[in-house]
Amino acid sequence: MNDIAVIGAGMHPWGKWGRSFVSYGTAAARAALADAGLDWTDIGSVVGADTMRCGYPGYVAGATFAQALGWQGARVTSVYAACASGAQAIGTARAQILAGLADAVLVVGADSTPKGFFAPAGGERPDDPDWLRFRILGATNPAYFALYARRRMALYGDTPEDFARVKVKNAAAGALNPLARYRKPVTAEEVAASAVVADPLRLLDICATSDGGAALVLCGLDFARRHGHPDPVRIRAVSTVSPTYPRAALDLPDIATDSTTALDPAPHAFRASIARAAYEEAGLGPEDLSLAEVYDLSTALELEWYEDIGLCGPGEGAKLLRDGTTRLGGALPVNTSGGLASFGEAVPAQAIAQVCELTWQLRGTAGDRQVPGARAGITANQGLFGHGSAVVAVR
Amino acid sequence: MARTRRPVVTGWFTDDTVPEGAFRLLGTRCSACAAVFFPREDDACRNPVCPGGGALGEVPLSPRGRVWSYTDGRYRPPAPYVSDPDAPWEPYTLVAVELAAEGMVVLGQAAPGVRTSDLRVGQEVEVVPGVLNEDAEHVWTTWHWRPVAPERTEERA
Ligand SMILES: [Zn+2]
Repeated sequence: MNDIAVIGAGMHPWGKWGRSFVSYGTAAARAALADAGLDWTDIGSVVGADTMRCGYPGYVAGATFAQALGWQGARVTSVYAACASGAQAIGTARAQILAGLADAVLVVGADSTPKGFFAPAGGERPDDPDWLRFRILGATNPAYFALYARRRMALYGDTPEDFARVKVKNAAAGALNPLARYRKPVTAEEVAASAVVADPLRLLDICATSDGGAALVLCGLDFARRHGHPDPVRIRAVSTVSPTYPRAALDLPDIATDSTTALDPAPHAFRASIARAAYEEAGLGPEDLSLAEVYDLSTALELEWYEDIGLCGPGEGAKLLRDGTTRLGGALPVNTSGGLASFGEAVPAQAIAQVCELTWQLRGTAGDRQVPGARAGITANQGLFGHGSAVVAVR
Repeated sequence: MARTRRPVVTGWFTDDTVPEGAFRLLGTRCSACAAVFFPREDDACRNPVCPGGGALGEVPLSPRGRVWSYTDGRYRPPAPYVSDPDAPWEPYTLVAVELAAEGMVVLGQAAPGVRTSDLRVGQEVEVVPGVLNEDAEHVWTTWHWRPVAPERTEERA
């Protein structure tokens, strides 16, 4: 068993605070260290999840956080994997711990975001698909989310009211989370009254971009026991698989899918394969879960995740939602944190924040959001350029 | 001064030397494994189990396909999308089109005047030449998807 222990979890509240990502990351790191009962000087390795929006310090996030906390000689690593950056940072830390390269590893991700749509890096870059989709098509991220949503409506009969129900559910959970940016319950009427951004999705169907920071202290099980954590939350799987050719599902930032003329697509599309790899590594399945945190970049996308992580069959996501299965108090609550709907995306911090929520739920310290008797949870996310991740944690 | 017509990206579609009816998106095809690439791949085949030894040659893509999905942009996208910040924003329609012969979905803007209310998933559309934007020196050309006129669909049925 390749379990590692989560002995510290900490976050800086999400919002639009107008400060440097470094301040959010170090605040989260200090909270995680205090939670673990360790001093910063006990940390042998720092893994930072990079941000592309904050200049050079963002590209070397591991070193930036280590310097801000006070150089103490720890190994530093910086990783970038779009929305999966935080999970890859966790995966890197796990590899270092299991290889015996470090006893205790601090994982940190933080971002400071501008207003409006995510835009590509500047300059004239016709070789960059991310630049091209904006130049040629004006295809923003919400445009892709809307294409998926419309496809679900045509294929499965999902309705805008189903999508709104996801927002209502997640806002209700977020209202109970002091770390969330949006803490007000939202009604279906309010979703329906918000402006259409990309038909059929409205403003309240689409997640915002936020400032925020999240951190974890990870270590081996022996180290955890020696430092006062006899029964820690354990990370049992970190899946960071890549897609297989041909990718038949349209994905950001691509202008076309791979052609299937040479080869049939694999039976499971990319998002589903991310979760399957995590289940296989963890030796458990969707039937063993107490909760899940999935990447609800849009309301409709949360329904796709239900199917991709195996909570239901293809096309059955909306029914699972309508049945109340995935709300707090349901048989398998999804996005107990409030999800991206309540947080807004702080890219390099988000996948780490998902694991923070699992940690608190599995410890039984999630307060008003607590899933009674939570024993196992999965996180799932997907980012640009073939990145995705799923983390399974158990207690 | 007359503005020069230039494709917004080189080599992705036929130029003005062909008549409008012969306008096509251009991809490449691997001679060893038959994989088709759009946007064109000119360096090497990306099929991981391609036997190798082939060459990538230019191929026109099917001129018609069926709507996989569609949406619109109600807000002005950020640069490098070009729009006049002083003019009121005119939403554009975006269409994802499934090409049966190539087994792929290709995005594009819809022809001017086509609204989301004019589209449905599964509907037949065709590729047509279009203009993305104009500036002082250039008319930047692109491809658009346009619903196939109903009578022409019937002729084919
Ligand atoms: Zn080939």
